[in-house]
Amino acid sequence: MCTMIVEKVSVTGVAKGGGNWFPIARVNVGYDHPFRLPLEHAVTLDFVNEAQGPGARVAVELTPQSAQQLLDTLRDVLEQGAAAEAA
Amino acid sequence: MFTTDQYHGMLAETVTVNGANGDAIHAYLARPLGAGPFPAVVLIHHMPGWDEFYFEMTRKFAHHGYLAISPDLYCRDAHGAPDDVAAKVRADGGAPDARVVEDVAGAARYVRSLPNASGKVGVIGSCSGGRHTYLAVCQTSEFDAAVDLWGGRVVMRPDELNERTPVAPIDLTKDLSCPLLGLFGAEDRSPTAEQVAQHEAALKEHGKDYEFHMYEGAGHGFFYYHSGMYRQEAAVDGWEKVWAFFAKHLGGPA
Repeated sequence: MCTMIVEKVSVTGVAKGGGNWFPIARVNVGYDHPFRLPLEHAVTLDFVNEAQGPGARVAVELTPQSAQQLLDTLRDVLEQGAAAEAA
Repeated sequence: MFTTDQYHGMLAETVTVNGANGDAIHAYLARPLGAGPFPAVVLIHHMPGWDEFYFEMTRKFAHHGYLAISPDLYCRDAHGAPDDVAAKVRADGGAPDARVVEDVAGAARYVRSLPNASGKVGVIGSCSGGRHTYLAVCQTSEFDAAVDLWGGRVVMRPDELNERTPVAPIDLTKDLSCPLLGLFGAEDRSPTAEQVAQHEAALKEHGKDYEFHMYEGAGHGFFYYHSGMYRQEAAVDGWEKVWAFFAKHLGGPA
């Protein structure tokens, strides 16, 4: 818990983990020690549904560079999608 | 020292201790078999939770002749896979400092009450547990020796303080109640070498009994043999320092 950098965002969607789909209500976005990625710090994304307990979680740990690429790609895809919807 | 002709035996199990507010929380207890008297150590788990590493570390202390106990600091928050529980606690802002200190003190009282306890109790923790270790020995007088393994956020900016972490541990240094051993990696970013130097300056200012060691080529978590942070030379030397320190201050085996 050494940086304690974490932001929560409420979302509407579903995620698949443990072989099953489940509704997700929140994404916890952090910059802290990862559990598995062999780095001191990483961008952590936890897609969770707290109502279903702590195991209802899809965890992703990214290098900061990968997180930036993902962010850029999300923005790009959203723009493409908006353009497609407007057409 | 470990020799092959010695009898070895231990009992390790989950027990229940009274933590903050008298709450019953789980703790993992590993104790050498025998009449003792044995010194004791409380192990404060790290950010990734009350996990297999800490269970193994607790048994390691029992193997070395200590009554060892590690309380589950997230016991009230959730149960499940340790990383899932830890992720939830992290998202919620971490375990409150005041609760952690009382949980750790409760574990100390429990282990001191065992019939084969010598009465001497040490405390050790890594990462967030290193920080909690420092808080525990500044805010209670339950302990006879403490080991801080790369505890981050001992030095905190005012804007980092909040309801759960209301005080920067470094500001409690005048109340440090026992000798302190600190092991750190020069490449760590939490704590940085500069923050460790600030901490050391505060200890000197208040005339405290401490020894700090900074390992070149090591970063955070260099004891963690299950991760890429493991640094063999630093870990081996660090463990030797831990055993020597606790032997000196708790009367444990060298």
